[in-house]
Amino acid sequence: METSLYYLNVGSAMFLLIGMALLLGRLLSGPTLYDRVLAVNSFGTKTVLFLAVFSLIIGRQDGIDIAILYALMNFIATIAVLKFFRYSSLDISMERGSGSEEKAP
Amino acid sequence: MSNIPPTLMLDMGLMAMLLVVAFAVVRLRSLFAIVMLQGVYSLLSAAWFVSLDAVDVAFTEAAVGAGISTVLMLGAMLLTEREAKPVAMQKQLGSLFIVTITGLALFYAIGDMPAFGDAHSAANAYVGSDYIAATKNNIILPNVVTAVLASFRGYDTFGEVVVIYMAGLGILLLLGLNGNAGKWRAQPNGQDVAGNRNSNADSEAGDKS
Repeated sequence: METSLYYLNVGSAMFLLIGMALLLGRLLSGPTLYDRVLAVNSFGTKTVLFLAVFSLIIGRQDGIDIAILYALMNFIATIAVLKFFRYSSLDISMERGSGSEEKAP
Repeated sequence: MSNIPPTLMLDMGLMAMLLVVAFAVVRLRSLFAIVMLQGVYSLLSAAWFVSLDAVDVAFTEAAVGAGISTVLMLGAMLLTEREAKPVAMQKQLGSLFIVTITGLALFYAIGDMPAFGDAHSAANAYVGSDYIAATKNNIILPNVVTAVLASFRGYDTFGEVVVIYMAGLGILLLLGLNGNAGKWRAQPNGQDVAGNRNSNADSEAGDKS
């Protein structure tokens, strides 16, 4: 029972790796910026899941902490990229209507 | 196939993706994609650090690499173009030579490294064993790394914190995040390298032509 659960975890980790490789292909070849933003975001989610499964495989609970940290920090890069793409600047506050009149492309 | 441990196979998968991402960062021209690929690189390397039992390093990599450095790279990209120009092959040969020599020297030095967990290696023999022996009695902490960083070498860590704070402050001022972001543009030889997004730059260019 113990070993079957172990191999189930290993199999899930390998399928997550395959999913990460597919997302990497989309990230490299993505024609538009939005494909790449979506691929990076999904890649972060896959990494969170992979770390959770991997910490079960090696039997350490510390991996769960890092997975939670990733889940908290994953959106920062996405928001920064999208804000940069919208306003061409990083120090404009994201309130409705602020700065969009003068900075909108 | 059956005698390879499963974690080693997962490690090899992670390393293969790291290699692909590294080559893509070198070859791609779109700076947006390169910034995002660097975030992916740090995600992958932190997962690899976890599998190497270096959980504290993985924590640092997750916080710095995936969070802050992407934003700083975007701020740096704000001051330049969005596409990189290809470098001529003749200019790359010298750096390729240096990198090859350094890589060969590092591979040569692998043979001199102590075995993993060797009790007689230099890191474990002298002061390291004293730290490990004294942590349980002098400092009531379960983690020896925390005891070394925060107590035995507390002044060292304090100096590192000051250095990192100064470096962060310098980078923020350099990127113009003190309120001048987007108002200053790099203009070598009077050209507006940031493109024609600024109406000021447009009128200046019109004046000169």
